[in-house]
Amino acid sequence: MFTARNKGRLAMTAAAVGASLALAGCASGDPLAPEPDTDAPAETIVIGSQAYYSNEIIAELDAQALEEGGFTVERNFQIGQRDAYVPALEAGEVDLFPEYTGNLLQFWNPDTTATQADEVFAELQEVVPEGLQVLDQSSATDQDSYNVTAEFAEANGLESIGDLAGVDGLILGGFPELEERPYGPSGLLDVYGVTVGFQATGDTTVESLLEGIVNVANVYSADPRIGSNGLVTLADPEGLFLASNVVPVASADLPQEAIDIINEVSAALTPEGLVALNVQSTVDQLGFTEIATQWLTDNGFLG
Amino acid sequence: MNLFVEAWLWLTDPLNWEGAGSIPVRVGEHLFYTVLAMTAAALIAIPLGWLIGHTGRGRELAVGISGAARALPTFGLLYLFVMLAGVTLRGPSTVLVLVLLAIPPILAGAYAGLEVIDRRTIDAARAVGMTEWQILWKVEVPLGLPLLLGGLRSATLQVVATATLAAFVNLGGLGYDIVQGIALRRYDQMLGAAILVIILALLLDAIFAILERYAVPRGVRAGRDTDVRTTPTGRRATAESSATT
Amino acid sequence: MTWVLNNLDLILQLTLQHIRLSIVPIVLGFIIALPLGWVAYRYRLTRGLVLTLVGLLYTIPSLALFVILPPLLGIGFLSEANVLIALTIYAVAIMARSVAEALASVDQGVKQAATAMGYSGWGRFWTVDFPLAGPVLLAGLRVVAVSTVSLLTVGIVVGVQSLGYLFTNGFQRGIVEQVLAGVVMVVIIALLFDGLLVLLGRWLMPWTRVAKSAQRKAAVA
Repeated sequence: MFTARNKGRLAMTAAAVGASLALAGCASGDPLAPEPDTDAPAETIVIGSQAYYSNEIIAELDAQALEEGGFTVERNFQIGQRDAYVPALEAGEVDLFPEYTGNLLQFWNPDTTATQADEVFAELQEVVPEGLQVLDQSSATDQDSYNVTAEFAEANGLESIGDLAGVDGLILGGFPELEERPYGPSGLLDVYGVTVGFQATGDTTVESLLEGIVNVANVYSADPRIGSNGLVTLADPEGLFLASNVVPVASADLPQEAIDIINEVSAALTPEGLVALNVQSTVDQLGFTEIATQWLTDNGFLG
Repeated sequence: MNLFVEAWLWLTDPLNWEGAGSIPVRVGEHLFYTVLAMTAAALIAIPLGWLIGHTGRGRELAVGISGAARALPTFGLLYLFVMLAGVTLRGPSTVLVLVLLAIPPILAGAYAGLEVIDRRTIDAARAVGMTEWQILWKVEVPLGLPLLLGGLRSATLQVVATATLAAFVNLGGLGYDIVQGIALRRYDQMLGAAILVIILALLLDAIFAILERYAVPRGVRAGRDTDVRTTPTGRRATAESSATT
Repeated sequence: MTWVLNNLDLILQLTLQHIRLSIVPIVLGFIIALPLGWVAYRYRLTRGLVLTLVGLLYTIPSLALFVILPPLLGIGFLSEANVLIALTIYAVAIMARSVAEALASVDQGVKQAATAMGYSGWGRFWTVDFPLAGPVLLAGLRVVAVSTVSLLTVGIVVGVQSLGYLFTNGFQRGIVEQVLAGVVMVVIIALLFDGLLVLLGRWLMPWTRVAKSAQRKAAVA
């Protein structure tokens, strides 16, 4: 299943990016604010991805579409958390990165009050640092959402987050950082008057919800397990969560031709389509290369 | 060194010392898993090590299995066990991983402690009419205690450092502050928690240092000052260094 | 086996990457530990200090070291250098003690004989002490190799590719086989390194086998 274009990508990209990053880091002396690297060859587009399987698939969609368009692509996938890769992006070592509007906006402007998709996207375009640009946002979203089991929803008559107010013994599960995020326990109390305890369930969040270790879980909205386990996603009328649509972040000097290709991919990716891609990864256990090739073929980008 | 100042401020901030998830709670969780894993590992490895050391059988097998166990990546094993056993059993899974980590050095310390005893001492014990149990309890175990404690000591250091991984499966401990710190880019918190782990390890290490001091039987200690063989023999040194993982 | 068979290329790539990244800290750790261990062995005053300090290094959780080194040293967060330096520190922590013990294991009489034959301090160290310390040095190096191969997997948390990728990615996607494949490959690499070191030891120190069999005979007699 591994195609020829992938041979050696790990070793090569890791070595190249590792070395260039080390150099950039040494030169500036501060890994969080490396200097922009303007010497990067324009013909090779370096694509990065988060250490999140779904994000990796989206990155591969862009990668294969660009390759079909005649560009040379270098994959530097799975480079950890936003705090780790955004500096690399700002430094110009990575040219293209699939991101999510809301979470990215919150990273650059923690005090933002925007919550609706268009609002968030507009503000994101304002705060994007020099040397970078955000391309068109996709209709596909993968945002934080609060979920409960169907039984729990029925027993307590839950439809929206506000309905949680008055339910006793609520325990919220999610990644450790959720405890401190504006939409975490403090946001729940301020916006909806809901009091919750917190457990850092991390990658075991959905399992913990199903086992009753927690009764409210923060799950990404494109997670197929919401559907497969019949979870109920609580509505968020007050906009506690920022809309988080898939949006590619790119260096400002990305060729227009490449931008056009990526925008077409983003336009073709729907919310349901993203969930379907995730199902192929987790249920069918296909590799991201295969998943991307199939999707691009089905949507007329390849062949 | 600004970072260390910030870590110090984090460590001394009274807000971090009270409530759920405060420093004392995290230290408690961390110690809980460490002590639990060490106790379980000791209960398995010490009798086994003594058996090997006393009978002289199964040493090669024990060395082989210990070596392979050392190669197990704790991080991957933790994920694997939690996936297989389910999230409700994540506590036992985590302890099991730490136990597997702790067994090789303890086992090595237990049998090496018996192996380095001068054979003539044991022959003498047998000659004066001691039973095998008496030889084990009255001669071999006391004389092997220093090396056993050495094994327990290095196992403890490893377990304390590795218990940070518990945070990945919602079990808290000082790793929680590190994992959360990574996501929130809070270097003061990460470094502060790391310093706490090191302090914890140092304290436990100091306890073992004191124990080792008093573990040497009085008669042996008196004789040792005049003993010319104070440098470890090749075999003993090997046992010690392989216990220092 | 389906997942493994479908992803043989990925497993191979990650395995090669893992081997490549493991070698540097093992070699560097050995080289740096030599003078440190010698200082600890040679001077009674510094022994406790050096050995306690390097022992202390080993208690730093790898997770913490990976995230603290970049701002401390001014290196890139994603750089391999970060993980390589961290693993080298651990290698030094284990190896320095081994070096001190290895040098102490050399028979005093042999050293005196060498000195009597006219060896200078430096010459004696490299031609007499060092080779004779070999077996204990090798034992330490084997521990370093195995532990480095295993610890490298944690680097995936800061984005450094290794077999650790199979752990985090497999866990997220709920594919047990993927995580298991990672664990098995790490163990295989570790045992491979261990075996190679044993062979290297036999080749460089042919006398140890003779000594061992003599020792066995003596034990039986």
